Amino acid sequence: MAELWRPIRKILREPLGALGLFLVVLVIFGAIFADLLTSFDPTRINPRDRFQGPSAAHLMGTDQLGRDLFARVLHGGRIALFVALVSTAASLVIGIVLGLIAGYGPRWLDNLMILLFDAMKSFPTVMLALALVTIMGPSLTAVMVVVILVTVPGYARIIRTQTIALKNSEYVTAAQSMGANPARILRVHILPNVIGPLVILASMDIPVVIGIEAGMSFLGLGVRPPTPSWGSMLNDGFTSIRDTAWIAIAGGIPIILTTLGFTFLGETLRDVFDPRLKGR
Amino acid sequence: MLTYFFKRLGLAAVIVSVAMFILFCMIYLIPGDPASVALGPRATEEMRASLREAMGLNQPVPVQFWNFYSSAWMGDLGTEVLSGRPVLTVVLEQLPYTLALIAGGITWSVALGIPLGCWAAVSRGSWADRIVGILSVAVIAVPSFVIAIYALLIFAVQLRWLPAIGAGEPGDLGDQLTHLILPSLAVGLGWVGYIARMVRASMLEVLEASHIRTARAFGLPDRMITYRYALSIAILPTVTLLGVGIGQMLSSAVFAEIVFARPGVGKLVYDAILTRNFPVVSGTVLVTTVLFVLLNLLADLIIGALDPRVRSSF
Repeated sequence: MAELWRPIRKILREPLGALGLFLVVLVIFGAIFADLLTSFDPTRINPRDRFQGPSAAHLMGTDQLGRDLFARVLHGGRIALFVALVSTAASLVIGIVLGLIAGYGPRWLDNLMILLFDAMKSFPTVMLALALVTIMGPSLTAVMVVVILVTVPGYARIIRTQTIALKNSEYVTAAQSMGANPARILRVHILPNVIGPLVILASMDIPVVIGIEAGMSFLGLGVRPPTPSWGSMLNDGFTSIRDTAWIAIAGGIPIILTTLGFTFLGETLRDVFDPRLKGR
Repeated sequence: MLTYFFKRLGLAAVIVSVAMFILFCMIYLIPGDPASVALGPRATEEMRASLREAMGLNQPVPVQFWNFYSSAWMGDLGTEVLSGRPVLTVVLEQLPYTLALIAGGITWSVALGIPLGCWAAVSRGSWADRIVGILSVAVIAVPSFVIAIYALLIFAVQLRWLPAIGAGEPGDLGDQLTHLILPSLAVGLGWVGYIARMVRASMLEVLEASHIRTARAFGLPDRMITYRYALSIAILPTVTLLGVGIGQMLSSAVFAEIVFARPGVGKLVYDAILTRNFPVVSGTVLVTTVLFVLLNLLADLIIGALDPRVRSSF
């Protein structure tokens, strides 16, 4: 337990880190206990109550179909966190594997992979997302594929650079001379030493991932209605912006709070644990 | 410098080629039939077959790739499904609107970011420095389309200070500029943060330099030292940062165009998706990618021209 508490206490000592941690915990709490925190069904349509402002019954008001906005915000958090968690985990695994191969493998393979990563990065993110959705159709899977395509090149490059730096170190040469096979060297000797900075960078990418999900859902290219997503709520608010401001406010606030929370937390994590990454 | 220029240009061409290959793979090899996507669910099998024939989808994949690749390099990106006009013409018609929006975004980010960064650097460690630091991180974190919607909500719908939709009357420059204020704010606000942080960091470095100490020793006024002597050097890294930034502002511009109903490549590609206008989608993606690569190339060349160390390490 003490092992776990020390880093948390370090974060809490920074005001910004404490604020970030609070916001992140708040969002996760809201998403997990969504069913307990509100008795409204986020997808239940009730036209008689549409376009209501905040009240005791509807904490954030209702949307153009009379659905409770507070319930939609809480359940939308589930989608946002699900996408962030699953696609970041997938990106990390793919990025690590590709980075290790590029860094430890033959030179020509390294060059080829770097070229592919650079080409992937040369697509403007939104354009890549739009092109992919045209082919795959709008879905949560499409959102996750976009996230993976956007983030993997960066992760793989970091792992590759560090693998190359470690490849010729004495303890790796020693392991090689004792007959360890490449898979063992990568797993036992290289991976544990390259993974730390990557995890911090990935945590700083979480707001970007949440932004991609919300952005694509806002364009109607992500989560399909009536599933609640912050992005699609923002789109509802945009469509009826001249009738009421409450829907746009309800859709935007959680996106702002979540991205701020993860960013403040990520920045503090980086400063506390790996000051070398500063300025990236 | 010339060798560096050609090496860098060659690399950019290779990257564009590989990007085209990836785009081709995405379009033609991912499960899903472009012909049925273009025609929609109600098309008959004969209609699909004839469109497949017209699009060259019956030929072997390498032949298809060669056709796509060679005609794209010649500037032929296919023709629009509905009007039959060349896609390149359609995209280039919309591009100036998007570039104007990005230029507006740069204006916002430079006009706010540089003074904020200077201020933070000069008053290092004070509450002003901390506030600028937090604000910089905050505006970088919040997605640009949220800023766009809130700007629309506050300044156009509630306060009615600025127009909400369109790009303004053609020919009326004043009207066009008023229409540009809010969308370009949404595009540029995030970059205010990047630039403020960058200017602050390089300013702190420059303020330690010996020529600044000399200027101080001569008793020059602080304001003159900061803005004339220090800023002119500290601003260089910002120039290169903007090269990368312009490319990323393209993504924000897509959202700004949709939110403020402005013409531009973002609106073009979004409408093309809704109307299943497939060649326009791939054509726009290709043109913007080439633009992105060219802008990064330009930024690299500027660094190369300013800093000989970059050239020799290439």
